[in-house]
Amino acid sequence: MTVLVTGASGMLGRAVVGHLLAAGEEVRCLQRRPSGVSGAQDVLGSITDPGVVATAVQDCRAVIHLAAKVSFTGAPAEFDSINIDGTRILLDAARSAGVTDVVHVSSPSVAHDGSSLVGAPAGPADPAHARGDYARTKAEAELLALARSTASFRVAAIRPHIVWGPGDTQLVERVIERARHGRLPLLDGGTALIDTTYVDNAASAIVACLRRMDAAQGQALVVTNGEPRPIAELLAGICRAGGVEPPAWSVPGALARGAGSVIERAWLRLGRTDEPPMTRFLAEQLSTAHWFDQRHTRAVLDWRPSVSVDEGLERLAAYYR
Amino acid sequence: MVALPGVDPSWSTYLDVPSTSAADRPGTSHRWHYLDNGADLDTDAVQGTLLCVHGNPTWSYLWRTYLAAGRAAGWRVLAVDQLEMGYSERTGVFRRLGDRITDLEDFVAAVGLTGPVVTVGHDWGGVVSLGYANRNRENLAGVILTNTAIHQDPERPIPAPLRLALAPGVHGLGTRTTSAFLDVTLALARPALAPDVRRAFRDPYRTAADRQGIAHFVSDIPADPAHPSYPALTATAEGIRSLDVPVLMMWGPHDPIFSDPYLEDLAQRLPSADIHRFERASHLVQEDADTASTAMQWLAERLVGHPAPAADAPSADDTPYVPLGQRLTDLAAGPDAARTAVAEMTASGPPRTLSWRELADDVAAVAAGLTALGYGPGSRVSLLVPPGVDLTVLIYACLRIGAVIVVADAGLGARGLSRAVKGSAPDVVIGIERALVAARAFGWPGRRISAAPLPAAAARALRVEASLNDLRAARPAGIPAPPEADADAAILFTSGSTGPAKGVVYTHRQLSAMRDAVAATLGLGEGASLVAGFAPFALLGPALGATSVTPAMDVTAPRTLTAQALADAAAAIDATVVFASPAALRNVLATEGELTDAGRTALRRISLLLSAGAPIPVPLLEAVQDLVPSAALHTPYGMTESLLVADIDLADIHRAATDARDGLDGAGGGVCVGVPVHGARVAVSPLDAGGAATGEPTTTPGLTGEILVEAPHVKDRYFRLWRTQQDSTRTPPWHRAGDVGHFDAAGRLWVEGRLGHIITAASGVLTPVALEQALETIDGVRLAALVGTGPAGTQAVVAVLETATAGRRPALADAELAEAARAAALAHGVDLAAVVAAPALPVDIRHNAKIDRTRIAQWSGRFLAGTRAGSL
Repeated sequence: MTVLVTGASGMLGRAVVGHLLAAGEEVRCLQRRPSGVSGAQDVLGSITDPGVVATAVQDCRAVIHLAAKVSFTGAPAEFDSINIDGTRILLDAARSAGVTDVVHVSSPSVAHDGSSLVGAPAGPADPAHARGDYARTKAEAELLALARSTASFRVAAIRPHIVWGPGDTQLVERVIERARHGRLPLLDGGTALIDTTYVDNAASAIVACLRRMDAAQGQALVVTNGEPRPIAELLAGICRAGGVEPPAWSVPGALARGAGSVIERAWLRLGRTDEPPMTRFLAEQLSTAHWFDQRHTRAVLDWRPSVSVDEGLERLAAYYR
Repeated sequence: MVALPGVDPSWSTYLDVPSTSAADRPGTSHRWHYLDNGADLDTDAVQGTLLCVHGNPTWSYLWRTYLAAGRAAGWRVLAVDQLEMGYSERTGVFRRLGDRITDLEDFVAAVGLTGPVVTVGHDWGGVVSLGYANRNRENLAGVILTNTAIHQDPERPIPAPLRLALAPGVHGLGTRTTSAFLDVTLALARPALAPDVRRAFRDPYRTAADRQGIAHFVSDIPADPAHPSYPALTATAEGIRSLDVPVLMMWGPHDPIFSDPYLEDLAQRLPSADIHRFERASHLVQEDADTASTAMQWLAERLVGHPAPAADAPSADDTPYVPLGQRLTDLAAGPDAARTAVAEMTASGPPRTLSWRELADDVAAVAAGLTALGYGPGSRVSLLVPPGVDLTVLIYACLRIGAVIVVADAGLGARGLSRAVKGSAPDVVIGIERALVAARAFGWPGRRISAAPLPAAAARALRVEASLNDLRAARPAGIPAPPEADADAAILFTSGSTGPAKGVVYTHRQLSAMRDAVAATLGLGEGASLVAGFAPFALLGPALGATSVTPAMDVTAPRTLTAQALADAAAAIDATVVFASPAALRNVLATEGELTDAGRTALRRISLLLSAGAPIPVPLLEAVQDLVPSAALHTPYGMTESLLVADIDLADIHRAATDARDGLDGAGGGVCVGVPVHGARVAVSPLDAGGAATGEPTTTPGLTGEILVEAPHVKDRYFRLWRTQQDSTRTPPWHRAGDVGHFDAAGRLWVEGRLGHIITAASGVLTPVALEQALETIDGVRLAALVGTGPAGTQAVVAVLETATAGRRPALADAELAEAARAAALAHGVDLAAVVAAPALPVDIRHNAKIDRTRIAQWSGRFLAGTRAGSL
């Protein structure tokens, strides 16, 4: 029997496929562009196309659902379509096709409203208070996914927090690019502690979840490295790995949050599709603590991260050399 | 009644009660409202009833936590709204104290209480409930009082806020027309009441008519003997002296109305009462502190409501007891009477010395003077005199007449000291001028005696009645018989580095045991001569029969001791022993260059040096060794509750370090404090997974737990901290020291930090000291603190390092330092979430050595959450 991975062309998707193949699973991938992973079978198409999705889930035992629109900006309808409708289409197709297990990859942002998180538990997804369209639509998707979970069609949500690693275009590339051009400030000195997840750890946790569906079904589990660090240190580590000078200047968090709101609105009004230099969400992420209680996750998944933050940074440095 | 936070609606009950009060016409009934958890309880298992009476201007809502706690503990809790108050009837009649006691009796008769009754009262409800208790003793099983008063000393003005509320023109306006009196009372809560709780307290008093009872209550305060309620108050106040049931008093000392003197008055009327002062709480102590669970713990502990167990015959303590002052008396009467007993170095001029004969005479004279002023057994005498001849004389004089000495150190800071003195309710303060100025400024209770003669004007201004010399000059008939061995002798205050300073009570027997432990552990006795640079041990000189000298220094600031001052003191009495604190020794080393040759010679004669009061780093001790090459260097481990627990010398510290390197079971992982001293047993109560010390006492090597001590010189109890005392003795016969540590296979104790400073990370329970020591070996790190931030059980571990290169404000450590610190931590299996470099860590005022990790943890929590951290 086969495991379907949606969104396999991203950094995390590729890692998940790699872990599954290494575990001897047959893997099929669904995404718009070729996944570029050898050893897996590719189905090309959109998660919002019921016909393509029905083909993709054919004969699959399990589904790992990573496909999503991940961005700080964009038209709300686009987020709705990909993140909510896409998830519903996939779940419907999976159940019809006799799939028994679904790991829905979500995000800790679905449960949080921008305030500090200090050793926080996962918390229920809350679309009404989520910050921005990404978090809102991911929250809706997680709720609808977990609501489908039954003994014969088991659904669990894994929420990896800030996934990074070699080849990451979301965080690592942006940090290094901005630092290279002197456009990466620290907010409030960057002292807030944040949790992150090295890509291999996120992938191994997702694969572990498939093994532990009996315990995990119906639950949302935050996954991190369990090594909270001050954000300034993480940014510095990433910059050094990328061969650029770490940021040495700081702006007040309140200022950045205010500026983020303004810039965000301007980008929307101007219809710009490129990433704005600062958004309110990003400013919040960079100036408030975000770290999590990992005890429950580790007990349910019977899993430990295998790559430490320091080791991850070394691998990142090797990638850039 | 509307739904209110903390109240189960089913508790709210109404009852029509026939009145027998003289204030009412015969045949009158009144509708009472009360809260009653009786329906929640299994009737067969009910222990008894707590009859709770609120004061003015609250209502039964004040007791809601008691109803909940009583439900869990099997106590029926019945909290009334007094007539005119809460939701009870507004009768239109001015009910005075006597009426209110009768009203409560009427209520109890109507509700039909059976079984043991414990009265519980607050404010004027305390008076009413005591009036009831006094007259209804048949079923009375206990009495609980919270911030109340039963007696107004005619010599003292009534509290200013009440005087204001009674003033013509203010009274009606403040209590009835407006809700000012109500609002001011509710505003006394510390911390402030939650808005919904505040609303609940105000709910029954929304209109002026609702508040008539508040106005009447205030005018019923018997401010002087002519007041109509004075006889009823006095009858109760005198009657309760014969109560023979257990009594618990729980107090919020920040109360601007019922302050410590009222507690003291009640304590004298009910001398066997258990007392707990919640240091930070105010008038509404039920709102400010967890009094309900304390009450339940007390009811269980005192077996309230159960037949009194057959009293065990008091186990005769057969260890011989020699009063602390015995050797002083013996030496004064012997062939060495003319030899120097005590000396005090002065900044300029010759030392002040007394021979054994002179010291004994002076002690007798001061004892007689104190007796003449009316002090005797049980009087509390607060001594605010620096160590030296006068303090020595005062201490032995007080002990001789059975007065209890109260010693709080100026190192607590002005506010801490003031809190300690007020809380100990001294009968008299004897102090130097600076202390007497503080006594006036802070309004300390007690009469005042000056250590040195004061000009008449100054004495008047400070309300000083006499000087120490006046005491010496008094020639009264005689002094009382020596005190019993088990009577209270001293109250010593803790350093306050872990919360407010606590008073620690010692009996005469325990003080004598302390002397014997010091004598046996350090081999000190008659003929020894010691430099007393560390106060608590210094005062034992005459008790040991040893000659002692106080060096010229500001003893409230140990770091003012210079090498030359130490050498001069040693030379003055040919001393062979030195007691000093680490801070003093640091300064001695810093000023070593100024030593004269004679000074060096004097120090070379020292054969024993004892560093006490705080942990001393080994390198510092090694440097001291160079200065006193012939001396054995001891660093005893102890605390205010047991001044000597374990002892080690430098040679053994080196041996222990070698054992740790060689892998001896349990060696390493903390500060080695050696083996238990003479007469002491030490064990640890192992920590559970949550960091609580719940394990059975053990000395198994390598097992970390809370340190437990048993010795004849351990404290008798904490002063007016009943619950703290219960917690510290919950595993008899041990005193729980609040420190954590473990033993090694050689029987040595290793201290790992304070129980309250334990970190509970996801990876397990972590004690701070061992890793801090490792961090302090990193280049440039002077001092390290290891703290946790975040929820218990999943805390992030943070190292805050004091470095020479840190900026003015704490900041994240640079990459190099962070990496070194993380590597050191990893070797201990610890992941450091953050490494902070700071220019200085907060340490205690007294020793500049004990790190305030609680404060650092709170600061780190803010700093690492991205919120405004403020100063460290």
